[in-house]
Amino acid sequence: MIRFDNVSKTFGDFTVLNGVNLSFPKGKISVVIGRSGAGKSVILKHIMGFLQPDHGSVWIDGEDTSNWNTQRWRKNRKKFGMLFQDSALFDSMSVWENVAFPLLEHTDKSRDEIDEIVRKKLRMVGLVNAEDKNPSDLSGGMRKRVGLARAIALDPEVVLFDEPSSGLDPIVTTVIDGLVLETQKETGCTYVVISHDMASVYRIADKIAMIYDGKVVIDGTSAEVQSSTDPLVHQFTNGALEGPFNIYY
Amino acid sequence: MKSEGFSFSGWFKSARLQFDQSLIERSVQAVPMTLGRFAIQLVLTLGRVGFLCGEAVAAIFKPPFRPKLFTKQLEFIGNKSLVVILLTGFAVGAILSLQLSKTLSTFSSETMVGGLVALILAREMGPLMAALMINGRVASAIAAEIGTMRVTEQIDALESMSVDPVQYLISPRLFAGFFILPFMTMVFNMVAMFASYLVAVSLLSLDSGIFFAKIAAFVTISEILKGLVKSAIFGFILAFIGSYKGYYTKGGAEGVGIATTQAVVVGSVVILVTDYFIGAFLL
Repeated sequence: MIRFDNVSKTFGDFTVLNGVNLSFPKGKISVVIGRSGAGKSVILKHIMGFLQPDHGSVWIDGEDTSNWNTQRWRKNRKKFGMLFQDSALFDSMSVWENVAFPLLEHTDKSRDEIDEIVRKKLRMVGLVNAEDKNPSDLSGGMRKRVGLARAIALDPEVVLFDEPSSGLDPIVTTVIDGLVLETQKETGCTYVVISHDMASVYRIADKIAMIYDGKVVIDGTSAEVQSSTDPLVHQFTNGALEGPFNIYY
Repeated sequence: MKSEGFSFSGWFKSARLQFDQSLIERSVQAVPMTLGRFAIQLVLTLGRVGFLCGEAVAAIFKPPFRPKLFTKQLEFIGNKSLVVILLTGFAVGAILSLQLSKTLSTFSSETMVGGLVALILAREMGPLMAALMINGRVASAIAAEIGTMRVTEQIDALESMSVDPVQYLISPRLFAGFFILPFMTMVFNMVAMFASYLVAVSLLSLDSGIFFAKIAAFVTISEILKGLVKSAIFGFILAFIGSYKGYYTKGGAEGVGIATTQAVVVGSVVILVTDYFIGAFLL
C-alpha cells in the first residue's frame, strides 16, 4: 500500500502538488488523471524516490519514506517496476538484453533460467520472436510491450505506468490496456497508472484520482467518477471546452 | 518675444541624457547581479563536478564490479582511436624531425634531432597530442551517448531498476580512460619516432647510429614515465568531462548537441591547463 500524506511539491514559483492525500491500495489498478503539467508524473517520481516532498510524506508499506537514504530507496525499487512514457528502452541493447537486464543485475540465475523468464515475459505481453531485435526496429506499441515485459521481469510488487497509451493508436491502446489487465490479474501486483486517455482509464481502473491545481479533486471508483457532478471532473472526463478549466494555460 | 514652443533639439538632448543615465544606472546595477549569478553558477558547477567525480571514483571500488563494461570502454577509447593516433603520431614525428633538422643545421647540431624529438615526445607532445586527439573523438561520443540516455529517460530507467547510473555509466569510462591513455601515448610516441627516423635518416641523410645514440643520451626512463603518468591523468579528465556533460544534459536533441560540443571544448582547455600545471609543479 502506498499513501501520500499531505504532500506538497514546488518547482521555483510553481506549486505542482499542494497538500495531496492519496492512497494506492495493494493488488488494485489505481489511475491518476489530470491535464498535462498537473503533476501526475511528479506523483510517480515521488513513489520511485526520484523526488522528495517539500512538505508531507510518502508512506510505502507502512513506512514513512521521509528519512530514507539513496541505498534504502534502491533496495525498495527492487520491488517496483516502471513503464516509462517513451518506454526508455536501452537502445544499445537488444529486446532480450533489455528484458534480461534487471534479472542479470539482481539475481544469481543461470543464463538458461534468465532466457526462460525473458521468453515467458515476452509471451505475456504478446511478443514472440522479437528477442534479437533492436528497440529502433520496433513500433511504438511494441516498444511499450517490451517496456512492460522489462517492468515485470523481476515479478515486482508494484508496477508504475507513465502514460502507457501516449502516442499509440486506439487499437494498440486497447491491446496495451488488455495487457495491463491480464498481467495484473496474473501477477496480482499493485498497478499505478498515469493517464489522460479516459477511454483507456475506464477500461482498466479499479480506482481513479484526479489532480487539479495541485490538489485531488476526486478519488473514487470508475462509476463514481463517471457520475460525478463536480464541474472540473465533468469537463475533464468529457473533454468539454466549456467549464471551469482555463484552457489557455 | 521669445517663443516657448516645442524644440526638437532640446527634446532630443534631454531624451538622450535620460536614456544614457538610465542605461548607465541599469548597467551599474547589472554588474553585481551578473557577477553574483556567475559566482553562484560557478560554485554550483564546482560542487556538482566534485560530488560526481568523488561518487564515480568511489564506485569503482564498490561491488558490483563491472569488468565487461570496463573492457568495452577500453576497446572504445583505445582500440577504436588507434587509427587517429597512428596518423597524427606519424605526422607529428615527421614534422618535428623536419623542422628541428632545419633549425639545428644552422648551428651544425642536426645530429641531435633524434634525441630532441624523443625528449619532446616523451615529456610533452606525446601525452598532450594523444590526449587531445582522443578527446576529440571520445569525449564527444561519451557526452552524446550519456546525454541521449538522459533525455530519453534511460538513466531514470536504470535508477528505477535499482542500478546506480554513476557506477554503471561513468565509473567504467573513468577507469578505462585512466588506464588506456598511457598505452595510446606509447603507441603515439613509437609511431612518431619511426616517422622522425624516416625523415632524419632516409630523407635528410643523418647517420642512423648517431640518431639512436642521441635518443639514449637525451631521454631517461623517468622522462618517459612522467609522460605516461601525465597521460593517465589526461585520460581520466577527458572521460570525466564527457561523462559530466552528458550526465547533466538538459533539453532534447539541442541539449545533446550543446553537451557534445562543450565536452570537446572544455576537455581540450582543461587538458591544456592541467598540462601546464603538472609540468610546472608536479612532474
